[in-house]
Amino acid sequence: MSAVLEVTDIKKSFGGIHAVNGVSFDVREGEILGLIGPNGCGKSTLFNCILGQLTPSGGEVKLDGQVVTGLRPSELNKLGVSRTFQLLQVFPKLSVRENLILAGQEHQGNMASRLVGRSDAGLTGAANQMIGFFKLDHLADEPAGGLSYGQQKLLDAAMAFMGGPRLVLLDEPAGGVNPSMLTDLKERLVAINREKNATFVVIEHNMEFVMSLCSRVMVMAEGKVLAMGRPDEVRKNPAVIEAYLGH
Amino acid sequence: MSGFARPLKIALGLAVIAALIVVPMNFNRYGLFILSQWAVMSIAAMGLNLTLGYAGQVSLAQGAFVGIGAYAAAIMTTHGWPLPAAILVAIALSFAVGWVLGYPALRVQHHYLAFVTLAFSTLAFLVFRNESWLTGGIYGISNIPRPHVFGIATNRPLPFYYVCLGSLGIVSLAVWWLIRSPWGRAFMALRENPLRAQSLGIDTRRYTLMAFAIGSALGGVAGALYAPLTQYIDPVPFNLSLSLDLLMMVIVGGAGFYFGPFLGAMIAVLLPEWLRFTEGYYLMLYAVAVMLLLIWSPTGILGILDRYMAARRTKAASALRAVAKSRLETVQ
Repeated sequence: MSAVLEVTDIKKSFGGIHAVNGVSFDVREGEILGLIGPNGCGKSTLFNCILGQLTPSGGEVKLDGQVVTGLRPSELNKLGVSRTFQLLQVFPKLSVRENLILAGQEHQGNMASRLVGRSDAGLTGAANQMIGFFKLDHLADEPAGGLSYGQQKLLDAAMAFMGGPRLVLLDEPAGGVNPSMLTDLKERLVAINREKNATFVVIEHNMEFVMSLCSRVMVMAEGKVLAMGRPDEVRKNPAVIEAYLGH
Repeated sequence: MSGFARPLKIALGLAVIAALIVVPMNFNRYGLFILSQWAVMSIAAMGLNLTLGYAGQVSLAQGAFVGIGAYAAAIMTTHGWPLPAAILVAIALSFAVGWVLGYPALRVQHHYLAFVTLAFSTLAFLVFRNESWLTGGIYGISNIPRPHVFGIATNRPLPFYYVCLGSLGIVSLAVWWLIRSPWGRAFMALRENPLRAQSLGIDTRRYTLMAFAIGSALGGVAGALYAPLTQYIDPVPFNLSLSLDLLMMVIVGGAGFYFGPFLGAMIAVLLPEWLRFTEGYYLMLYAVAVMLLLIWSPTGILGILDRYMAARRTKAASALRAVAKSRLETVQ
């Protein structure tokens, strides 16, 4: 299996704090990689460096062997890298369907065709399909801001898939989602992973969720990689138990 | 507005358009001037509504773009160019300058951006006043000709009112098309959540610049109509207070609502006329009315309507839920 994403020696400092201090790993085509670690260990900063939301102080990010360090988030998204957010990031005044159309429209045509072409960029069908897939049918025309927290989380995830991404970085998708909805979410993620051959990296604190979803798990602590391996290996690793699992 | 049935909305729209065409036929010179001014200011306010209301970029420079358009039209038409050519130049010029003014918006937001655009507004005023070789300085430019449209002279107030109204119609259609296109959606994404927008492939830089450039270009269109409307321009009408007036039109009408600028411009242009009988007090009454409105509804007049509609929808939805629940209970 070839690597979709190769991260080499990424560093990010804020003043004297080394939030990410030389992290290297790769993500294989079609896998679901879990990323765990205590709060403040640099997981989200690492995501933001990979996604161009922060400029790393050092290191390199490669997508399909091409260096993409320093590209803007919108450019990376056009190359097939998508993300979800830890905190709710939907467009509250737009309806659920409009949120999804917006999430996919920049992948259709060019600036000029988006001005003169159809107002939905030809995406109403795809949006409706995504709405059905995430079981949001009854909410399609509601403003996204009126949805419950868990529903907005689902919408946030659905939005990440509208552009047909190859690689999706999910930042705590399970946080604040109730158990029955969580089972749904896991099912959806696995289905998209298999059917669309999309590769995922998932930050998550819910151990059960991570261990059952991911093929490999990477553990971070204090800005560095502490361990990397199959979920059962990682769970038994003494250093990981010491730093994170704790029991 | 989704509470109205579609045919009713269309009928209402047609009635308003018909009234705007027919009723002013009996108006005197002054009434037609005021109405033409409303049409021109609506165009400028629509531009600002695009930049501010939809794309969320504060600008205190819209009046300067009206000035740029007005001077472009005045200079060109007094040198024998036809008005349509002058309008095209006004659009191109204010689009280009608006694009450049958009760059600070890539770095600063909200009141910092307001200050940058305010400085630009002052700069533009100084150019209008001091560069006499081009603008006529404080003496301005007089004898601005009015155009012939399909061979008809528009020197009289009524035909020129129709020029303004027709232009407003064309601009309204263009803006309506723009805001319901993917561009309009991307503008709203800039306003609501630029961080999320970026991660969805939306080139926030380019859309921000576009929002400024297109909004400014509409200011230029308004200016290019204002010059032949008054037939004389000097720098004073294009100082900062015009920018503030236009900002108020957008806010009072309802920023981010399609019909906000029409309503806001109507209030700003017509209300002072209606309050004329109060003589010296009209500005005070006007100011108090605006303050009360914004305390009651910070989202403007259309914000009130929007809240009313939302409340009605919620009521209807909970009524439906109640019916569904009682049915469910009967079944059990």
